[in-house]
Order: sequence, then C-alpha cells, then structure tokens
Amino acid sequence: MAMSRDEIFGQVQEVLVDALGVDDDEVTAEATLMQDLGAESIDFLDIVFRLEKMFGIKIPREELFPAENLMNNSELISNGKLTEKGLAELKNRMPHTDLAAFEKDPDINKMGDLFTVNAIVNFVENKLKE
Amino acid sequence: MRWIWIDKFIEFDSGKRAVAIKNVTLAEEHLHDHFPGFCVMPETLMIEAMAQTAGILVGEARKFQEKVILAKIKKAAFFDYVRPGDTLKLEAKIESITAEAATTSGKITCQERTIAEIDLMFSHIDKNLAGKDFPEENFVFTDMFKSLLRGMNIR
Repeated sequence: MAMSRDEIFGQVQEVLVDALGVDDDEVTAEATLMQDLGAESIDFLDIVFRLEKMFGIKIPREELFPAENLMNNSELISNGKLTEKGLAELKNRMPHTDLAAFEKDPDINKMGDLFTVNAIVNFVENKLKE
Repeated sequence: MRWIWIDKFIEFDSGKRAVAIKNVTLAEEHLHDHFPGFCVMPETLMIEAMAQTAGILVGEARKFQEKVILAKIKKAAFFDYVRPGDTLKLEAKIESITAEAATTSGKITCQERTIAEIDLMFSHIDKNLAGKDFPEENFVFTDMFKSLLRGMNIR
C-alpha cells in the first residue's frame, strides 16, 4: 500500500532529526534546510544517503539538490541572479519545488531557501510513485 | 610524515568491511596527562582510530584514486573506558559509497566489552568542492598508510 503524505513527512522528519541533530518540532513543513535547520553542504549528501535507505529509493545527487551545478554556469547566472535561462533550467530540475516566490527575485543567495522540508516530502512522494 | 594511529589490519574485505587493531600503551605520553593518576584514552583519539580504519577502507574501495577526507561524525557514543594495555578492535563497514562520498558505521570493542559506536561520513573532495584545485598528488594516502595494507598483501 502506498504511504500517505503524513507518513512520508514523519519519516523525512526522522531523517532530518538524525542527520542535522535538530529537534522534531524544528522540522516543520516550511523550515528551510540551510537557514532554519543549519544544514551545510556535506549534510545534503548525508540526507540523500539516509533518504535512500529509509525509503528504498535511488536518488541521483543533482536531482534532489540541483543548485550547485547551476552555480558554476555563467549562462545561467548573471549579477548574482538567475537569468531567464537559469530559471527555466531550475524549474526543469526542481519540479517538486514551488518557485513562484523565488521567481520575483531570483537572487542566488536566496536559492538556499528553496530547499524546504516540504520540497523533500514532495520529492520523495513523486519518487515513490515511479 | 603522516600520523598512523592504528597498528594493523586483521581483516579486510574490499569495499565492504575492515577490522583493525590498536594497542594502547602507557608509552603514549598524552595518557600521563589524561588524567594524572587515572589514564584513559581520549575519546577523540578513538574517533581518529576509527577514521583511519574506515578511511582506508573507503580509499581502497576506489583504489586510492580519491582524496578521502573525514567530513562528518554522524554518531559517536562511548560506553566504557580504554586503559593502557588494552587492545582495541576497530570494525568498520561501508554503508554507502558514491562518486562523491561514503558513509561508514563502526564499532570499537576490547575483548567482550563494547567501547564505542562511531558512524562517519567521508567526502571525495575532488568531486565535491567544484572549482577548487587540489594537488594532483594524493596527499591523503601516502605510502605510510598503504604500508598498513601491504602487511596483508593488499595493494
């Protein structure tokens, strides 16, 4: 039987509590991984490994957290903001994330805010459907 | 010179699991100060021993082509003291390994006593810090480290 969204959220919460050493109640749906939960780059890899194990899925690293690859491409970024092409690329790579607010001011420094707990739950939900 | 903190491997199953030995002796000067009159091995140095055991296991899995750096101590729980004269058995297992990184789980025992459980994460730094250049030469796995494996005929 398929897992409900609440069940997925509960397990994602458990993964983040273990990976980042935070408390259950800090891991809300809206919490951002970097700003709110203090994740650093190596933690993203740790989270990917743990999600794979928890849900029995395979996650290519750039699929869940694709921002790094974008950062190194000058066609996609200009003056610290994503270009139109960059935005299109980001949308393409992060179908599981709501980009509406970010589009208004696609400052790369705010890109970290896109990685929310909710985005991970969406991602896992889609993966489990495949 | 690099600092070797394990004495030898007694089991080595490439890409999967390794067991190393560390003999603790009162000749290690830091034990005299930690603590005067009550010598116990510092827990940080148990983590170092596990990092070397697991790090070599991870490095060997990619034929020492990667620069393997300890990136995160995922868990370190200590259950008992280690005193001079003790022989530690360090068992490390690879939980996952990809192009960029690896995670390991590990257990330290002394005879029948469980001393510690230490889970680590290693980064293959050339693959992670994009844009940063590191020396061509593998400064992590020097001959000194590899000599630990030569004793077991692992090259």
